[in-house]
Amino acid sequence: MWPHKKINLGLDLQGGMHLVLEVDTDKAVEDTIERITQELRSQVRKEHIRVLELERVKNNQISLRVKGAENIEKCQKLLDSEFKDLRLVSKSESDDILSLKLDLPDKEAEQIRKLAADQALETIRNRIDQFGVSEPDIRNQGENRILIQLPGIKDTKRAKMLIGRTALLEFKLLDEANDVAAALDGNVPPGSEILYEVAENASTHRTVKTPYLVQKRTLLTGASLTDARVEIDSQYNEPYVSIQFDKKGGRIFSQITEQNVKKRLAIVLDNKVYSAPVIQEKISGGAARITGSFTVEQARDLAIALRAGALPAPVKVIEERTVGPSLGADSIRKGLISMCIGGLLVILFMVIYYKASGVIADFALILNIVIIAGGLAGFQATLTLPGIAGIILTIGMAVDANVLIYERIREEMNLGKTPRAAVEAGYSRATLTILDANVTTLIAALVLFQFGTGPVKGFAVTLSLGVLASLFTALILSRLIFDYLLINRKMRTISI
Amino acid sequence: MQFIKPGININFIGRKKIAFVLSSAMVLISIISLVFHGGPKYGIDFAGGTLIQLKFSSPIKIGDIKASLSKMDIHISSVQEFGDRKDFEFLVRADSSAEITEDLSLEIEKALAAATGSSAEIRRVEMVGPQVGKDLREKALLAMFFALLFITIYISGRFELKWMLSGVMAGALMLSVYVLNFFHVSIPFLMAAALVVTLILFWVLELKYAMGAIVALIHDVIITIGIFSIVDKDFTLPIIAALLTIIGYSLNDTIIIFDRIRENLRKYHKERLDVILNKSVNETLSRTILTSLTTLIVLVALFLLGGAIIHDFAFAMIIGVLVGTYSSVFVASPILLAWKKA
Repeated sequence: MWPHKKINLGLDLQGGMHLVLEVDTDKAVEDTIERITQELRSQVRKEHIRVLELERVKNNQISLRVKGAENIEKCQKLLDSEFKDLRLVSKSESDDILSLKLDLPDKEAEQIRKLAADQALETIRNRIDQFGVSEPDIRNQGENRILIQLPGIKDTKRAKMLIGRTALLEFKLLDEANDVAAALDGNVPPGSEILYEVAENASTHRTVKTPYLVQKRTLLTGASLTDARVEIDSQYNEPYVSIQFDKKGGRIFSQITEQNVKKRLAIVLDNKVYSAPVIQEKISGGAARITGSFTVEQARDLAIALRAGALPAPVKVIEERTVGPSLGADSIRKGLISMCIGGLLVILFMVIYYKASGVIADFALILNIVIIAGGLAGFQATLTLPGIAGIILTIGMAVDANVLIYERIREEMNLGKTPRAAVEAGYSRATLTILDANVTTLIAALVLFQFGTGPVKGFAVTLSLGVLASLFTALILSRLIFDYLLINRKMRTISI
Repeated sequence: MQFIKPGININFIGRKKIAFVLSSAMVLISIISLVFHGGPKYGIDFAGGTLIQLKFSSPIKIGDIKASLSKMDIHISSVQEFGDRKDFEFLVRADSSAEITEDLSLEIEKALAAATGSSAEIRRVEMVGPQVGKDLREKALLAMFFALLFITIYISGRFELKWMLSGVMAGALMLSVYVLNFFHVSIPFLMAAALVVTLILFWVLELKYAMGAIVALIHDVIITIGIFSIVDKDFTLPIIAALLTIIGYSLNDTIIIFDRIRENLRKYHKERLDVILNKSVNETLSRTILTSLTTLIVLVALFLLGGAIIHDFAFAMIIGVLVGTYSSVFVASPILLAWKKA
């Protein structure tokens, strides 16, 4: 009917991947609190305030304890001027010690959550666009979920890795003043943490984990990147990712390298150390490289992730449905076969049982299917495997209306009415019953449409379309044919 | 051609006692089976977990698959044949739904290749997290509830021509659900409570057609679920779609008979009710049978030829249509007699 529009096939028919991700928005709030804590710590240090305790504690609160009147006064001043957005949860003063618990106002936290969810969606869309998938469908679902549909995708593992990684790139200095071995024994100095380098030996397939003691403070993040691309090391013939900082990032990077010559700088991605080279000299120009034992594909995906930016919070796959293309093709074939066989049987049955009138019903039935197909294309709805089942079901149900009418006509003719009067009575008496019977099915289909997801929604669509189409074909179209035959062609008998 | 001759007169209503015993037995067996199995057997859509569909290129014993998978770290809860035997397809199900899915399918591929020598094609992977499973479970129940609710309102309005009353009733129902919701009652319980309230209201307000229709509906749904439980099939999203369609479709026959009953009540107002009921059922018998027959034809085609994925859906629909046809003759109509005796 609309030849320029085609019917969209669902993932279960054309193959592809359906993912639902959950954005850990709590982590975004936690990170914000952690960042504020770090900021507060550096300010406190700058102002030479001595604090007993300053750290992020549970329930996303910052705990601050200060001793001495002078320290307390300076601390209050700092909080009032620089950190006035923080909400005071509790405050107690005893023995010259001030204890404070601070957190973010609910509205602020809510804002952060929402922003994280929106940003995650945007970032993932960017990554998928660069990965190159035709007609991806990416949308928000509820507050913190993202629905992703990737039709026809083959390498699902790679796609999932690319979409799901946080890709938070951080540059941190190693804590070389303390011993890694001591830290591993549980003696981690405050302000530092243990991060691992994980490398797989290409020939033995064994993974090796190397611990590093890294300062917690992040000097520079991937947010300052303008570009990331794959290049091949000419010496070792290994791929690496070269990154380019923006102006500010480049300046910070050259500062870091200038101030820390001969120290080791760890390149940390998603809390894993990729490399920790010794800074030989000041690096200006704002370029750096990330090495590691990458394959070209891994390097390419990492570059995409870095270009698209880090996710503001980690995401987790909470639903996945992947259908291979061969299974989809199988489903289409089997669906069509059962539709043809079922349809033919019904058509045959109607002709045998109702003779010429059966032919009219069959004509209406075929038109019905055409209308459903047109409706699917016209509404840009998606045809799924349950959707095909819905069409098949419609074939069986659409002739019901004709059966009701024909049985009534037969009844009226048995009472001795003329064909014309019988047809008249048949339609008028059966119409209300047919409407009622279809309305209940339509109610069920609409409720299903409202609550259903994916393939099942496709069923609700074809069933609703089918019910509506069969009302039209049975009550209006077949009636027109009868009227034409009986009134215009002045037929005296009807074959029913 | 005619299957049913016009003058047919089978004493359906006279056999209502047998029908009552039969229906009660089927409902009871269904409920017992559900209790025995600890509720409906949820597929991964509702229970959460991972499902992997494998296809082998050559024949393989299910025992070999199980044996090679049992060596893996991940616990595999079941391995079963899927679809046609000559396709060598299997479904592997694991209860865990963590982010191990990708590793799981890879590991399965590796383990099978190592143990059996024939490579398996992974045709389908479905993973549903526990939270999503719970959400879908609630959604499915809500969908059933709302479908029943709207149909109830429509039936009571349409058949009794008491739209006002049905509106009031809908309001009362919504209110009771809303109030119960405050006490954090679980949704299945909420549904049961709402249905009981509905039936009580029907009884008190003497909405007998609506009562007959809804009792027949509940009867159909319970028995369909029961048979699924007895043959130990999984409840998945498409099965819920089938149940909802049954709710909508199995009413068709009931509506046809009820319309005829009302027509005949006007025509033969001096006749006894049970005679009119029986006459109406007989007069519409050919319709009842033919409409169900055409639908069954396509459903059987779908069941036999539609492939394994749609198999259970077609199965549920076939049961639903059969039970629905039976119940419109033997359950819905006799209920109209209940008021006469009371």
